[in-house]
Amino acid sequence: MMKRRDFLASTGVAALGTLAAPSILLAQGQSLKVGTYGGYFEESFKTHIYPDFTAATGIEVDSIAEPTGEAWLVQLQQAARAGQAPADVSMMAQVARIRGERVGLWAELDQSAMPNVKNLPDHFLHGYEDGGLYGTGAVAWYISLVTNTDVYPEPPESWTAFWDPSNENRLGLLALASNSFLLEITAHCYFGGTDILATEDGVLEVMHKLAEVKPNVRLWYRDEGQFQQALETGEIPMGQYYHDVTGLAAADGKPVRSTFPKEGAVLDSGSWVVSKASNALEASQVFIDYMSQPEIQSKLSRFVGTAPTIPRDMTDLTDEEFAAVSSELPPILPRYDLYVEKADWVNQKWSELVTG
Amino acid sequence: MSGMRQNSTPGWLPFVPVAWLLLFFLVPFAIMLTVSVAHRVPGGFYEPGFEFDSYLRFFSVFFGRILLTSILISAGAAVICVLLAFPFTLSLARMKQRGQTIVLVILLSVLSLSEVIIGFSLSTLLSKTAGVGNLLAALGFIEESRAYTPSLFALMAGMCYLALPYSVLVLYPPVSRLDPELGEAARMMGASPFQTFRTVTVPMLRKPMMGALILVFVFTLGVYLLPQVLGQPQHWTLSVHITDQAIFQSNLPFAAAMAVLLLLVSLAMVGLSLLLGRDKVTDT
Repeated sequence: MMKRRDFLASTGVAALGTLAAPSILLAQGQSLKVGTYGGYFEESFKTHIYPDFTAATGIEVDSIAEPTGEAWLVQLQQAARAGQAPADVSMMAQVARIRGERVGLWAELDQSAMPNVKNLPDHFLHGYEDGGLYGTGAVAWYISLVTNTDVYPEPPESWTAFWDPSNENRLGLLALASNSFLLEITAHCYFGGTDILATEDGVLEVMHKLAEVKPNVRLWYRDEGQFQQALETGEIPMGQYYHDVTGLAAADGKPVRSTFPKEGAVLDSGSWVVSKASNALEASQVFIDYMSQPEIQSKLSRFVGTAPTIPRDMTDLTDEEFAAVSSELPPILPRYDLYVEKADWVNQKWSELVTG
Repeated sequence: MSGMRQNSTPGWLPFVPVAWLLLFFLVPFAIMLTVSVAHRVPGGFYEPGFEFDSYLRFFSVFFGRILLTSILISAGAAVICVLLAFPFTLSLARMKQRGQTIVLVILLSVLSLSEVIIGFSLSTLLSKTAGVGNLLAALGFIEESRAYTPSLFALMAGMCYLALPYSVLVLYPPVSRLDPELGEAARMMGASPFQTFRTVTVPMLRKPMMGALILVFVFTLGVYLLPQVLGQPQHWTLSVHITDQAIFQSNLPFAAAMAVLLLLVSLAMVGLSLLLGRDKVTDT
């Protein structure tokens, strides 16, 4: 993550033309509490997004740093019980978003007030079971196959390289089922897609296949910095990692590369949701609409390093800018439902069969 | 005399630590107990309740093995630390005052290093590309540089680095107060230096040594970062799994139940070692 920050510092704040925004007068003089993950995301949004948003809509943004993990969801829920909203709009990870959906924590949104939201593909539109929209894709990022270029002069083509006996004790993989998405990767490589993960027997079958990589895994990491350093030095020359961060390290002259395997890379994302205790629903909708504009999505890709949540042809990203954050290969979409409904079971079996 | 000493401190003073203990230990512990019996909502958080599901989940071969691993790793670290700290403290106490001060200041400064710094420094130091492997290869001890982390050795090195200053600090006061004439008397009566060490020095310091063992054991039982950075999955202690449950799985009842059980087990281990220590003292 430091790499991104260095990158931002060197790029500086580019002056972007004033963006046309809807409902400008409606929201004048209001303020809106927006929560993003504390640290890199919050700083980037404060620098690159909020000032222009305020200039375009007149809505002041009160930036809130969310704690990591699902602590923020707990805080939002407890505050909502007391009728309070520590943030009006929050960026939520998908599992936390679904958990909030299950308990009806998110306010329903009026799509007619947010014309730009139609830019988003279906998997970035989140609705309650009865169809009411409550959230949209905010930022997305890819987890791809990364290698050290000194150790691997030729890039690997497929995730199946993880199973190759010649890579013994050479891999760095994320330690948890719910953040590595290795079950989805395995299902795509060997079982023709993630449908097999619908049943417990199917999940076990995939886990047994995945357990075959164990002799190749040197490090199951929870901390990103731990793996990135080892990848750069060639200590652990192959693994899964964030596409954009790896690209920045490569641009920095480090001997690393990120590859989109032929099965696709994993597309993970954060979404905007509004607490039902918020009394700034209209301003929240203005914000979500603003964030769904192609110009803003392009700006996020350039300055924050996230993949656009809208189709590529709507953005004005150059080939190079687009390749730095995304790919037009169909992505592997995580089965988030697995980590909500069967969370404890998956986690237990994962500990026993995969990392155990 | 003792009456006068009592008068020199105000009578309410003991209530300060008692109140502090109540507020900052017993209340959080009560909250943890309450959470540990709460009802886990799958796909959600937890709701108030009274059930033992989280405890029952723990009683499995899988978690039994993890608990055993945690205890063995901490006990191993405690034994290694005391074995290193004991001769070290003895020789430290024989140094001149100025030398002692310098060594103690260096030791205390080690305490300012966090688990994170120690973990990442050691993982670099023991790596293939930037570590001692290169040095050993250059000196011709091994043919090609190799990595020594993640491994049990790396984990133990990290734990001992973290805990050694504590064991020295526990041993230092009694060792420096040790009457040298006792050893001299034993030597005059014909005991060899080793016999003196074994039959005079060690028995007199049995209690502080036991104290140091217990301190390091309990202290390393709570370490959760070093096993992740320096250990392999089979070395992930119960503390690592508690962190996973609390932070990554949002399963607070299960995390709390594991924490309560870890606390009970460590209390039992401490009690057991105190009992054993007492028996030996009365035997001699």
